[in-house]
Parts: sequence; structure tokens; C-alpha cells
Amino acid sequence: MIKFVLMVNRQGQTRLSRYYHSVELSRRAALEADVVRYCLSRKKDQCSFVEYKDFKVVYRQYAALYIVVGITDSENELSIYELVHNFVEVLDKYFSRVSELDIMFNLDRVHIILDEMIQNGHIVETNKSRILAPLTAIDKMVES
Amino acid sequence: MSDVVEKTLTALPSLLSLDSHPGSAKLSSTSKLGNLIRGITELTSKHEEEKLIQHELLAIKEQVSSPNTTMRQMKELMVRSIYCEMLGYEASFSYIHAIKLAQQGTVLEKRVGYLAVSLFLNESHELLLLLVNTVLKDLQSTNLIEVCMALTVVSQMFPKDMIPAILPLVEEKLNHPKEIIRRKAVLALYKFYLIAPNQVQHIHNKFRKALCDKDPGVMTASLHIYLQMIQENPDAYKDLTPSFVTILKQVVGGKLPMDFNYHTVPAPWLQIQLLRILALLGKNDQSTSEVMYEVLDESLRRAEMNHNITYGLKALTYVVQQDPKLALQHQMTIIECLDHPDLIIKRETLELLFRITNAQNVTVIVEKMLEFLCISEDDHTTIDLVGKVAELAEKYAPDNEWFIETMNTVFSLGGDMMQPDIPNSFLKLLSEGFDSVEEDRKLKLFAVNSYVPLLRGEPGKLPQRFLQVISWVLGEYSHLREDLEPAEVLSLLAKLLDMKNSSSETKSWVLMAMTKLCKGGTDASVTQEVSETYSSSLDTVLRQRAHELQYLSQDPELRARVLPRGANPETLEVDSSLSFLDRFVSEALAAGAAPYKPPHQRQEELDQSKALSLEPYGLSLPISMSSCSITDRQSPTLLSMSSGLSGDSADLSHKGGSSALKLDGVKRVWGREGYLAQREPVEEAAQVEVPSPIQSPGRQGEGDSLHSQTPTQTPTPEPEQEKQQLASSLFVGLASQSSVSLMGKSEPTPQRFRRKAKGQGPGSSFNASEQISSSLISPPSAVDNLLCNNLLDSNNASELAEQTSQLSQRLTTANGTCHTEAELTEPDTKGCNPALRRDNCVVAADPGPHDDPGRLTEVCLDSYLPAELSGLSHSEIAPLCANQSLNLSACHVQKEDSLILVVFIINSSESAIQQMLLQVDSEELEVSCLCDSPAGEMTSHSVAVGQYSLTVKRPAVHVEVVGTVSYQLPAGTSQSLQFSYKVPLTSFIRPFVVSTEEYGTMWLSFSHDTKQNLTLINDNQEPLTATLNALKKKLQLHVVEVIGMEGIVACRLLQDLPCLMHCRVNAGWLAVWLRSPVPDLPDCLIYHCQRALQSL
Repeated sequence: MIKFVLMVNRQGQTRLSRYYHSVELSRRAALEADVVRYCLSRKKDQCSFVEYKDFKVVYRQYAALYIVVGITDSENELSIYELVHNFVEVLDKYFSRVSELDIMFNLDRVHIILDEMIQNGHIVETNKSRILAPLTAIDKMVES
Repeated sequence: MSDVVEKTLTALPSLLSLDSHPGSAKLSSTSKLGNLIRGITELTSKHEEEKLIQHELLAIKEQVSSPNTTMRQMKELMVRSIYCEMLGYEASFSYIHAIKLAQQGTVLEKRVGYLAVSLFLNESHELLLLLVNTVLKDLQSTNLIEVCMALTVVSQMFPKDMIPAILPLVEEKLNHPKEIIRRKAVLALYKFYLIAPNQVQHIHNKFRKALCDKDPGVMTASLHIYLQMIQENPDAYKDLTPSFVTILKQVVGGKLPMDFNYHTVPAPWLQIQLLRILALLGKNDQSTSEVMYEVLDESLRRAEMNHNITYGLKALTYVVQQDPKLALQHQMTIIECLDHPDLIIKRETLELLFRITNAQNVTVIVEKMLEFLCISEDDHTTIDLVGKVAELAEKYAPDNEWFIETMNTVFSLGGDMMQPDIPNSFLKLLSEGFDSVEEDRKLKLFAVNSYVPLLRGEPGKLPQRFLQVISWVLGEYSHLREDLEPAEVLSLLAKLLDMKNSSSETKSWVLMAMTKLCKGGTDASVTQEVSETYSSSLDTVLRQRAHELQYLSQDPELRARVLPRGANPETLEVDSSLSFLDRFVSEALAAGAAPYKPPHQRQEELDQSKALSLEPYGLSLPISMSSCSITDRQSPTLLSMSSGLSGDSADLSHKGGSSALKLDGVKRVWGREGYLAQREPVEEAAQVEVPSPIQSPGRQGEGDSLHSQTPTQTPTPEPEQEKQQLASSLFVGLASQSSVSLMGKSEPTPQRFRRKAKGQGPGSSFNASEQISSSLISPPSAVDNLLCNNLLDSNNASELAEQTSQLSQRLTTANGTCHTEAELTEPDTKGCNPALRRDNCVVAADPGPHDDPGRLTEVCLDSYLPAELSGLSHSEIAPLCANQSLNLSACHVQKEDSLILVVFIINSSESAIQQMLLQVDSEELEVSCLCDSPAGEMTSHSVAVGQYSLTVKRPAVHVEVVGTVSYQLPAGTSQSLQFSYKVPLTSFIRPFVVSTEEYGTMWLSFSHDTKQNLTLINDNQEPLTATLNALKKKLQLHVVEVIGMEGIVACRLLQDLPCLMHCRVNAGWLAVWLRSPVPDLPDCLIYHCQRALQSL
């Protein structure tokens, strides 16, 4: 099961966070800082899966942005590793060449996309066109 | 930092002006959100952040409550609030506005409203109730986008109690012409299943329809529900196995539309999901597994095999569970990983080594693990690894010295973090000892010998747990060392008491040990001093120990009786009912003391006196009777003694079971090309290898291809020699036996300390499909810090194709699970000829053909029922299992005060069998054998009957009995057959006749409860009576009284565990509240009530 998805830049600033289990707001910042520090401290030749406390963390770096996913022990790391890439590809398709600023200025839309892919900590859709269908429909309605 | 900001700032205007993206909102750089984002990117300190956000929150607060705020502005305000909360600053004032936005906004505004709600609120937040009407309205909207949004939010969070309000609408959507609506409806039902499984029980057939949906997306969504349901009860869905196999076949065969592909791999995540389901269905089930072999083989074949060093490490770990010999092919890779600078990789390697440990390589592997422990700084890793070392040491220790030394290191390194069962089980092992008295003495003596110098050294550096172990061992066994004066041990122990960092728990252990050792005379001064110091201690436990020490040291006779030397530990019993206090209590009562009331009762009465309780019989507190059990009051020594000693009898019975036949593995031809070349016997054995027919051709194929690769490894450059030496010591013993006992079933190597292995290996077989792999891929290199840099750098793409093919390859390794079952059931083949072995394999692999004779004999088995049971009603006699010589069937007979399991063993072969032994056991049940269990010889075509009385230890919806029949064929070969038999809990339920008053008193004293709404039966009768009568008939309940719209019902679980049920008709439902002193019983019973009412 996926416990959380984070997007963090190299300075450790959170750009997006989504929790799939209840974590108090007050504890989130500390958890994020901790996890991110752990991931940032790893070298490029070290593997992208780390064990953190009682769960595992899968992370991937895109330019200056890290996508960090916390998963339970029973989840398949490699499947999540590729899911992250699929997510970024979907964002890239929607924003045509996505950048960190796209994500910042469209936080709501990025969340909407993520909600189509992951629910309750489970992967619910991975087909790119189907992930984007609801959002593009909304965009069309807004335009007209 | 300033560099980054500069770049960011230069990038901003270009982004804002070039706002040509298809979906992105038109944001002017002067908008409020734009300002916030700019502010956030310019932050340089936490302090600045706080200032910025507090300011922002004030601005938002002011604006949201203004009546002039448009929905469009409200949407922006919500996004700003999301930002604030994301940075950790609560914006709770905006929650209600998020709900309003979802209610009143149009399209994107509405979606953002829903999004904000799902981000702000947790599932139990009371504001969620306000969302119900909005969801209800949107579900009925003619605008598909709105329906979609509502379904999305429902599948994320929805108040449990309000499910009935929207359930019909969601169900209706299952037939919607649009796939996206059907898919989201299925996901919403999945959510309902997760939070309130009973609410969706009636629509299981609709799940099946979703599984067969023509759209693959809808089918995929339904798999979530199935995975969950199959996890809970795999047996109920075995019939779906062929369907899942067909689906996987189509997916793997590329039958899905192209857009389901991920980099040319067809729907990899869907494949994972299907493999997970198949792994659950095939677990411990040979015949179901066979259905899957072909497609698993196909999946494996499609996914190109390419073991890229570190990438496949974890995969290997799980494959190795199934077949340790596979590790041989990758020896050098594993050795390289062991030296890898990345600790994570190193850890995984050790994990792998842990699984291939046997008696021959244990010292090297444990050494590697201890080395790692010395450099590891992570607590979780330490705890985990320490446990593993202890497990290996206990299982495979080559000699006493090594065992004690290893355990010493474990205790020193593991410190006070390690699982408490490690020292406990170590002490238990020492005290129980093993077969040889002499060996026993040596082990204890060696322990004593190694501890004395430790105490003479610097005991202050040792962890508390270790000191406790040392104290206990010295207290019990220091007398074994003749040259050691008790006085010296006493003074060493007394030194521990004076250390500043000794915890009071440790001190209490030390005092206990001193009590055992003191003999009066010369030792008296030390003990006297100690007991005086501590008899005024503030710690009551220490004070008690000090007093004990004082009295017992003065009265050697009493001491000999209380603490007999070398006593059999099993005779120690703790009177947990405290019955020795009975006299004291009755005297106190006679003297006018108030009778004792348990805390929850006191609380309840307090509550009742304070206010009118609206619920019947008052509130129940979450405090359970068992939680305030005796253990809380025990002193540490006694506690760990008693906890360590419980369950001894169970151990013994397991010993009998597990010491039986296990195989000496099948040898592999390519084994000799590894680094085990010097092992001559292996080579010879390899020549006569007979491939097991139950292995899938895929695995053999894989083996062949690897075989052809192996020669490239053989040339050995000089520096490699060291590694090779390591390899040969690590992988020794693998080729000759499949010794890894992960299932806890096989134990082929003779264990030095013959005791049941502690639990099972941490990864059970079904995890195999879940955690498949680990990898080392360097993350794509970052070019620079520019915010607007494209995230998908071009250099990623080249890696991708490779990664994805490996991904899918990883997925397929899950199939290993199915193979093992076959191997595990293979009987012992040690010493028998290949032909016979082949026969056995066939039997194990294919029980199918033998089923039929079993069915034929079933009819006449009735007549074999023992006379005293023949008049009673019994369940249908069900076939259990069969092979070419035996057929097993069973049924259960309900007596008023017991439940009898009857097992029929039919010798269907033409020859007699010898030394037949039937053993029956259960996790949830107490099984006791009535009359003698059938044993000994069975002539051809005869029937033996075993009778067992069953009582429930731990309630579960279905309880299961497992058993083994072992026997010998005339040729002298040992065989065994395993079976399991399920009994519904209802068979153990009997009516419980009580008066309403008695019922009332009992109700208050029971601490486990559950509540649930059940459907009412609406026929001609009054619904409450009709429903209660139906339950009474189906489940043998006793209806105590019916008053108006309420009814009270009682039943008991054999022998005398009551369960009370309070029913009230409420808004067309039957609100049921169950209470019992037994945990889980109310939950199980409510399940059966539901089933009973459904089946009407």
C-alpha cells in the first residue's frame, strides 16, 4: 500500500504532498523533512529504495525535483518506481514539457491527476489517456 | 541558495508570459496565488516562511467569509489554503468553505472544492456529513463530469453511516453506458467494502459482473475488491481461478488496447495485481496452482530474463525461498553485493543469505551479519538483524562455544532494543536443555565461564537485557563451575547493583540471582548489606526482592523449597486467579468491605448515575478484562520466567510432527560448475538426477540457459580468489539439500538444539508476490536547478526500455509460490531409488484421479459412524484427501455439550499399511482425542475411524482442523498425507437459557462488543419476531424476551462462553448489539447472523 506521495525540490521544499493514511498536520512537516533529508543525502549510484522506520521509501529525481513515495513493506518497490515515472509522463503529456513551476501554479490540477491514479493507497489507473480524461473534460467545459 | 533564487526569478516571467499550455490556468503574475507562489519560491528561512504563511492565512480568512467572494475567487482561496496546509500551517477555518465550494461551484470550482475537502478532512471528520447531500445531488446530475467527481470523492472518503443513503445510486451506476462511470462506481463500492464490508455483501454478484465487464478498466477496478476478499477467504473464490488465469493470459498475450501498454509492456500493474491474486489462490493448494502453471510460465517467458546485478537481488531473495539452489548460479553477484558501498544493498544481500543459511555455512553468514551490525546505525535494521542472528544461532549452531559467543554478541549489539523474546527464548533453551545431560551441562558451564570475565571487566558497558540474562544464568548455574566460589559471584553481582545506570528491572533480576546463590556463612555480609540497602527502596518490587533475599538467606531449608536447584522449570505455575487470596477476601467481606467491582463496571455505574443512558445497559469501555491481567503485577523475573515457560506442551507436540520425513533435495547438473567443484559427492549425485515432473518447464528452461552461461564465470583471475573462498564457504551445503525452511514445515538439517523454530521466517510465501525486487538504477542526472527545467530529461528515456522489461520480468517471479507446495508435500526420498522417488512426485503433484473412489465409498461410510453417535445429526461426510493407498473423509457431529469430529481413513489399496498414525491439531481449537486414535496396521480395504472432541480456544468465523496421517508402505517407504477440515463457528453455538435479570447483570460485566444493522425479514409476521425466530432456528439461539420493538437473545459457545445479543428495530433495520467476555466472539457471531438472514 502507498502511504504518501511527496514532490520536493532539492532545497527540501515541499511542492506537493498527499497522504493515504491519517497523519496529523503537525507531524507532517517533520516527517517530510526527515524523509527528504534521507533521500537527498543519497548518492546517485545508490539505489532508489530506502527503508525508513517501519516503511519503505521509493524516490526518483527529475531535474531538481524529487518524487518520494512512502510504501508499506508489502508493496512492490519496482512497481512504484515505475508508477512515479508514469505519473511524470502523464504530467508531461498534460502540461507539454512539465516543469517545477507548472506544478506549483497548477497544484490543484496535479492533485486531480494524482487522484485519478492513486486512491486509498492503491494504484487505480495507469492508462495515460484515461487518467487525463476527466481533467481535460473539465478544462473543455471551463473554456466554453 | 541565492543562485537558485536568481535563476528562479529569471524563470518566472518567462513562464507566466508563455502561458500557452493546454490546461493551465491563466495566472497573472499579480494574482494572489501568483504572489503566494512567488513568495514561497523566494523563501530563505523557516522564519520567513512562517511570517509569509501567517500573513497569507489572515488574508484568506478575511476574504473567505466575505459575502462578495465569488466561487471563482473561492477556488483560488482554497488552493491558497491547500498551500498553507501543505507547508504545515492549519487552515481549519477554510474547511467549511471547501464543502460550500463543492456544493455551489461549477465544474472546476466544484472539483477543487471536493479536492480541498479530501485533502483537509480525515475520514472521521464530522464536517464530512455536510458533504453527503452534495454527493447525493451530483450522483443524480445529468452532467457526467459531476457524477464522476462525486464518485471520485466517495471512493476516497465517505462517512460510513451514510453509505445506505447513496448505495442504490452507486449500484445503479454499475450499469452506466460509460466505462469511466462504471469504473468509478466499482471503486466506490471497493471503498465501501473497506470501511463497511457488511453493507455491500448483498452485491457480490455485481462484483462478478464487473469482473466480466467488456471494458478492461472496469475489470481492473474490480480486482481491488477481489484481492481484498480473497485475502480474507481464499477458499470462497477458488472457482474464479480459471477466470483470473484467462485474464492474465490475455493481458500477457497483448490483447489489451495499445494505450494500456507502458513502454511496450502490456499493463504491468494489472499483471502484478493478477499475480497477487493468483498467489493467494494457489497458496497451499496444489490443484489450483496447476491451473496457473501455463500462464505463469508464459508470463515468465515474455519477460526477458536478464539478471542485472543488484537489480535482481530482491527477486533472487524471494525465488530462493522456493529453491535455494538458484542462489548458486549467482554466487559471485551476491559476493559483490556484500561488499557494495550502499548499505541498503548490503542489507538485502544479508537478507538473501539469511534464507540460504544451513548448518554448514551458518558461521560465515552469521559473521557477515554481525559485521554489518557493528556498522549499522539504524535501529530498525539492528532489531531485525539481531533477531535473525539469534534465530540462525539457535537453529544451526555447530557447537556450544560458538552458540554462546554468538549470543553474547547478539546481546551486546542488540542492546535493549531487541525483541524481548530473544533473551527469553535463550534462557528457556538453557533451562530446558536438550537430550544429552552431559551436553547440557557443558553448554550451561560454558555460558557461566563466558559471563564471569564479562562481569569482572566493565559490566557498565553492557546493555541491561544482557545483564539480566547474565544474572539469571549465574544465579541458576554458577554452581556448575566448581572452582568458582559463590561469594565471588555474589560480589560480582553486588557490583551491578551499585552501578548508576542499572535499571530497577535489572536490579530486581540481580537480587533474584543473589537469593538463589546466598548460603549464609561467609556470604552473609554481602547479602546482608544489599538487602538492607534495598529493603527501604522506593521501588516496591526491589523492596520485595530485598526482603525475600533477607529471609531466604537466613533459612536455607525454606530456600531449598522455594528455589530448588536445577528444578524442572515446567513445574512452576502461576496462580493467575489469585485463589490463595480467597480467604483474605472472604474475611474482608465478612468484616463489611464492599465487594470488588472491575474498573469498567465501576465506570459504568458512575456514568449511569451521572446521566440517563440512551443506550441499553449503559456504555461499554474499551478496557478489556484481559488487558489488566496478572502480568502487570508480576515482578520481572517471574514474568519472564512464566512467559518463557508457557506453551511447553505445545512445543513437544510439534516436535513429534516436524521431526518426520523431509527430503534430501534433488541435485542439479549445473551445480558443479559453481564454486563447489571440490565437493565430489555432489557431482556424483548430480548424474542420477531425475527432473521432478511437477516443475514447470519454464524453470527447467531457465536452468538450461543459465547452465550454458556458467562456464564464462569459471576463469578466475588472482584477486578473485578471496571472493571465491568466501563463496565456497557461503554457499556450501546448498547443492546437497533444499534446506530452507521458510514455511516452517521442513527441517531437514538436524538441529543442535532440538526445539521448534521460533515462528516462521519473516517473509511468508505469500509475500513473495508482493515484494518482488529491489534495484539499483542511478537516478537521472539533474542538469541544473532551474525550476522550469523539463522534468523528463532526455537521458531518462534511454534507460526506460530496459527498466520496463525488467519490471515485467520482476512481476513474473511471483509464480514461485506455486512450485513450492509441490516440493513441500514430497515425502522423504532419502535413500530410496530414483524410480520410487518419481512415483512419489506423481502422487504429490496429482491427487486428482484418486478423488473418485473416495466419493464412491462416502455413501457407505455412514455405517462406520461410532454407535453412540449414529443417532445424532451429523454434517455431510466430506472427502478430505486421498492418494493411491488412502482415502480420508470426515464429518462433525453436534452433541448437546460437545462437537465431535469423526475422521474416516480408508485403505483403498490392495495391500496392508503399517505404522499408521493420525494426528490432528488446530490453531483455534482445543482438540482432544476420544478413545484411541487409530494407529498401527490397516489391512487392505479396511476403514479406521478417529474421534476427536473439539472446543473453541479462539473464536473465528470458520475454524480449521489440520491433520496428518503418516504410514509405511509394505516396501518400507514412509508416506504422509495432510488434510484440513473447516467447521463453521455456528456448530459450536448452543442456546443459553437465562432470565432477563441474569441477562442484565451479565450484560454489564462483558467487555467485548460489536454493533451492526441487520436486514429485517418482512413476511406476514411481525418483522422482529420473524427475524429472531429465523436466527433462533438457524443458529440455535435462545430468545430470552421480546418487549415491543426490542428483543434480547442469548447463546453460548461450547463449553460455557456466553454471548448476549440485544436487538432493536430501528428505521427498517434490526440494530443488533452483541456482547461477550470472549474477544472476537461478537464479531464472528454477527457474521453468521448476517449469513443466516441472507440465505433466507
